[in-house]
Amino acid sequence: MDFNFTEEQDMVRDGLSRMVREQYDWETRRKAIASDAGWRPEVWAQLAELGILGMPFSEADGGFGGGAVDAMVIMEEFGKGLVVEPFLPTVVCAGGFLKHGGTAAQKEEHIGGIVAGSSVFAFAYAEPRGRFDYADLETTAKKDGSGYVLNGHKAVVVGAPWATHLIVTARTGGERRDRDGVSVFVVAKDAAGIVTRDYETVDGRRAAEVYFENVSVPAEALIGGEGAGLGLIELVTDEAIAALCAEACGAMKVAHAMTVEYSRQRKQFGVPIGKFQVLQHRMVDMYTAYEQSVSLTYLATLRLGASETERKRAVSAAKVGVGQAARLIGQDAVQIHGGNGVTDEYAIGHYFKRLTIFDAEFGNVDHHMKRHIALA
Amino acid sequence: MNLEFTPEEQAFRDEVRTFIEENYPKHLADFGMREDMEREDFLAWHKILGKKGWSVPAWPVEYGGTDWTPTQRYIWSEENARASTVMPLPFGVSMVGPVIYTFGNAEQKARHLPGIVSGDVWWCQGYSEPGAGSDLASLKTTAVRDGDHYVINGQKTWTTLAQHADWGFFLCRTDPSAKAQEGISFILIDMKTPGVEVKPIKLLDGGYEVNETWLTDVRVPVENLVGVENKGWTYAKFLLAHERSGIAGVARSKRGVEKLREIAANETLDGAPLIKDFDFARKVSQLEIDLAALEITELRTLAGEQAGKGPGPESSILKIKGTEIQQRLTELTLEAVGTYGAPLYGNIANVPGDAGSNQYPVGPDYAHHAAATYFNMRKTSIYGGSNEIQRNIITKMILGL
Repeated sequence: MDFNFTEEQDMVRDGLSRMVREQYDWETRRKAIASDAGWRPEVWAQLAELGILGMPFSEADGGFGGGAVDAMVIMEEFGKGLVVEPFLPTVVCAGGFLKHGGTAAQKEEHIGGIVAGSSVFAFAYAEPRGRFDYADLETTAKKDGSGYVLNGHKAVVVGAPWATHLIVTARTGGERRDRDGVSVFVVAKDAAGIVTRDYETVDGRRAAEVYFENVSVPAEALIGGEGAGLGLIELVTDEAIAALCAEACGAMKVAHAMTVEYSRQRKQFGVPIGKFQVLQHRMVDMYTAYEQSVSLTYLATLRLGASETERKRAVSAAKVGVGQAARLIGQDAVQIHGGNGVTDEYAIGHYFKRLTIFDAEFGNVDHHMKRHIALA
Repeated sequence: MNLEFTPEEQAFRDEVRTFIEENYPKHLADFGMREDMEREDFLAWHKILGKKGWSVPAWPVEYGGTDWTPTQRYIWSEENARASTVMPLPFGVSMVGPVIYTFGNAEQKARHLPGIVSGDVWWCQGYSEPGAGSDLASLKTTAVRDGDHYVINGQKTWTTLAQHADWGFFLCRTDPSAKAQEGISFILIDMKTPGVEVKPIKLLDGGYEVNETWLTDVRVPVENLVGVENKGWTYAKFLLAHERSGIAGVARSKRGVEKLREIAANETLDGAPLIKDFDFARKVSQLEIDLAALEITELRTLAGEQAGKGPGPESSILKIKGTEIQQRLTELTLEAVGTYGAPLYGNIANVPGDAGSNQYPVGPDYAHHAAATYFNMRKTSIYGGSNEIQRNIITKMILGL
């Protein structure tokens, strides 16, 4: 049992922390998310240069030999700065599909681009009526010669406006919601028949509704076995959840620290409001919820390689616990900031927004509570 | 970073598991801790461990401790929880022992530590008073110097299991003119000294776990002062931090959740096992998730200790969350047994024809102590510095407010 980070992981954290502090200050972020592009490709290029985008890939695949703990370290720093660039969909999700299910040719074709920063991915899995069930798919992939033809509508595909490629889930067989018959494809976003409607999200990111209208893809676009993709999707989304929890921990840490600092500065009744015990104890409960979240994030991250049941239980425990903490810390941080907490000007409200949207990503508290119960 | 046990740690687990199986007294098997036990039953496992050299694992080796790593100590507590052993009481092992070996003189160490290690001497804690609970520093018991003795007068309360105690460690005011925290001394008292009177207090569960301890002109030799006169508050705080670090009770709670699941699988609701009811299952899962988080939080704290950090203010988190979980567990257990939580049972487990009982037992065995245990565990968020005091500690020491 070991809770120490390697020297390399400490270096990555320090380097990223410096980069976020120096180049992701609040005003710069505000301008970037309001710009036409909504992100800063130069930040992405710098992440590639620092080796961040290649960190969780093995050296054989062209990466730097890191793993889930490295992704955790990286995502926590992104959470602290509310970084919007699409590390999660590109490196954790698409990277995960390629690592666990990709053929040698697929890895060869795509991992180099991810590591270099030239390929940006979005993960198109959700559908308007599918909620959190990865098998509840109306999108279809019909066999056509040696390839497939995709038709369907994918909902709230985060990072899609910036993406060069999409990972798409579709049904190649079976009935809607069957475990069998789910397949995963990698598709260039400029493929004929893909139509997107881009928009902003409430937490400062960009997403799109993605429509597939008779999109032809070759057989080589299939990742994993035909109709056998659900297990792979569950594994990759569990990895994504662990990484998301780390991001939420970073955001909660900053939200809590901002709140404590605010309570030191803000005076009412002639004293700093941080002198009031009723607020002190709320801030202690926020702190405790944060520490428990860090523990659950460690648990989920370190159980990603365990048996399927152990992995799913640990990941669902984390998504429940961190989801509850994110709600508590986000709401209480705004409350203790008073009126300033509900203004656009103060940063705290933006942390609150990110922590709010986090809950529904890859299944909310209720969904993961049900999965935890089912696996008892 | 990993959660795996090393082969050496696995071997250690096998070793202690085998030792427990072969040496733990059979008549106390799966018994847990019960306040109504005989003195010898409380001490039985302690004495066996004393001979083995495992009764005070966290102490330095020179005083009878082990060189176990925090991970090994964690495995040790897990294996004991698994067998529901009656562990050595904390008053000597976790409280006064570390104070004596850290602040006591050579004679005090030689005189008092061996009895704690062997389990021959039973200690009790004289901290709280009727007027000094959370505001412990306002205590009024006085120790006045008279030649080679202190003459001690006052009243202590909540003295746990003092009815069995041979010795007690007491906080007494030695300088009434100093500021509250600065005139307190840490004094060891032989409980057989004339003027010491222990009166039981009956608690909600019907048992007599705590006492009032009256001290009337109790003459104590000055060599029983630990450390420096008027510096007792420092030692008291040191002791409380040590007390809190073991207070999370993670391993015991994990065992408790397993038992709760067994009960809920046996109870029925609408013709199906209670554990299949979504509302109930949700509460159990929530408890397990909170406990899983606490387990890692405790392991992180232990890892910090291994890296040379003593128990710090983070131990207050363990105290708050650990006791909340212990209480929730007993609450859900009582809920699970349903209406059979209501019958009043005597302190002695009821078996048909048992002379100690005047009533036939009703309902399943696991229901007999569910209510009593729930009532008893309300103490956990009150003792050891109430959970509100823990929040004050975190406010000051971690948030810096």
